[in-house]
Amino acid sequence: MKTVYLVFRREFAGYFATPIAAVFLIVFLGMATGLTFFVASFFDRAQADMSAFFLWHPWLYLVLMPAIGMRLWAEERRSGTIELLMTLPVQPWQLVLGKWLAAWVFAGLALLLTMPLWATVNYLGSPDNGVIVASYLGSWLMAGAFLAISAAVSALTKNQVLAFIGAVVVGFLFVMAGFDLVLSAVKPWAPQIIVQAISSMSFIGHFQRITDGVLEVPALIFFISLIAFALWLNVRILEVKKAA
Amino acid sequence: MTLVETRGLVKRFGSFTAVNDVSFSVQRGEVVGFLGPNGAGKSTTMKIIAGFLEPSSGEAFVAGHNSRTDALAARKRLGYLPEGAPAYPDMTVGDFLEFIAAMRGLDATAARRRLGILVERIDLAEVWNRRIEALSKGFKRRVGIAQALVHDPDVLILDEPTDGLDPNQKHEMRELIRELAPEKAIVVSTHILEEVEAICTRALIIARGQILADGTPADLLAKAPASDPERQRLVKTTPLEDAFRHITLEQAGA
Repeated sequence: MKTVYLVFRREFAGYFATPIAAVFLIVFLGMATGLTFFVASFFDRAQADMSAFFLWHPWLYLVLMPAIGMRLWAEERRSGTIELLMTLPVQPWQLVLGKWLAAWVFAGLALLLTMPLWATVNYLGSPDNGVIVASYLGSWLMAGAFLAISAAVSALTKNQVLAFIGAVVVGFLFVMAGFDLVLSAVKPWAPQIIVQAISSMSFIGHFQRITDGVLEVPALIFFISLIAFALWLNVRILEVKKAA
Repeated sequence: MTLVETRGLVKRFGSFTAVNDVSFSVQRGEVVGFLGPNGAGKSTTMKIIAGFLEPSSGEAFVAGHNSRTDALAARKRLGYLPEGAPAYPDMTVGDFLEFIAAMRGLDATAARRRLGILVERIDLAEVWNRRIEALSKGFKRRVGIAQALVHDPDVLILDEPTDGLDPNQKHEMRELIRELAPEKAIVVSTHILEEVEAICTRALIIARGQILADGTPADLLAKAPASDPERQRLVKTTPLEDAFRHITLEQAGA
C-alpha cells in the first residue's frame, strides 16, 4: 500500500507542478456552473434541487476526464520515464492504482469546489440533501469510471492526443449505450440479451437513477465494477506491451 | 561471481529481429562495454536485462534471478540508466531521488544517508532544489546515474551514460564508473570507442542483433587490419576504430 501511496503522491503533486491543475479547475467550474445556470436554467426551474447541475455531468466528464487521464501513461512512454517505473521492484498494479487514484482524487477536488452551489440551494430552499449526497458520490464514481477508461487507453500509446481521442470515443459509447444511436447499430443482428446488456452499460441510465434517488446500490456497483475492470485491463496492457 | 547472464536472448518486433541469440555473462568487478552501430540491438538487450522488455526467447539473469519469472528480486539488485536518462521534468532533483529511494523500499533514514553520499560523490548539491527540466544535459545525466545507484545495486546497466556530455563531464562519468567497478558488475553501452579503452575491462561488439566479438580492448585491437598509411593520413582513425569498422562491416559483406 505504501508503494501505491508514493505513486499517488507523486502523480497528484504532478497536477499542481504545472498549470494543468489551475486550468482544469477553472474550466471545470466554469463549464459546470455555466451549463447549470444558462443551459439548464437553474433559477427558472424554481426547484430546490441540484438536478440541473448533475444533469450535465456525463457530458462534462466525457470531455474533461480524458483530459486529466490522457497523460497518465502516454506521457511516461513519451518521456521514457516508464522505463524507470517498470524496472523498479514494484508490481504493475501498484503503479496503475496509484496513478488512477491521483486522477480520481483530483477530480474529487474539482467536484468539491462546486459545493457553494449546494450551499446556495440550501439557502434558497430545502432540498433533499440525501439525494444530493448520493448524486455527488455517484458523480465522483462516474468520474472514476471515465478516468479508469482514460488511463487504460493512455497505456496503449505514447501520443497524448490519441489517448485523449480514444478515451473520448470509448467514453462516448458508454454514455450513449442506452440510446438508439448505439443500440441501432447492434439491434439488427444481435440477440435481445446482448442489446439489453449493452443498454445496461449506459452511464446516463445509471447516473440518472442515482440522481433520482432510486435504486442507488446497483448503479454504484456498476461504476465500481467498471472501474475495477478498466484498471485490470490497464495492468494487462502494460504487461502485454512488455512482450510486444 | 556471475552477476549478469543472458542465454540465447532473442527479441523480435514484428518481423524485425532486434536481438538475435545473444549470450554472455558478466562477473563482479567487470566493466563490459557494449559497442555497436546505432540500431545494433544494444538498448534492446539492456532493456531485456533490466526487465523492461520480455525476450521473445531466451533468458536473462541478474544476480541469479530470472528477469522475467523472478522479476522483483532481479530488479532489487539492479540499477538501470535508460537511454537519454529520463526523469520527471516537473520534479526537483531532491524530490525525484527521494521518490526513487522510497519506491525502492529505503526508509527515510537509509535514504537520507545514501542520498547524502551520492550527492557528494556525483556533485548534485547545487541543483538539489532545482527542477529537472531546468537542468543541463550533464546534470540530467548525473541525476540519472544517482537514481540508478540509490539502492547500491550489485549490477549496473548504463545505456549511453556519457552521450551528450562535454569532455570534462565525460571524464568525470568515466572516473565514477571506474571507481564503482570493483564491487559491481557494470554493463555500459556506447558508440564512443575511446570510452571502451578508458573504462572497460571487456568489450562486446554487437551488430544486427548479434555478438560479433567478445574480448578485452587489447584483443579487439589485435583484430584490426594493418592500417593503410595513406588512408590514415587523410582520415585520422585510431587503431580501435579500425578494429570496430573491420568487425562490424565485415559481417555486412562490405
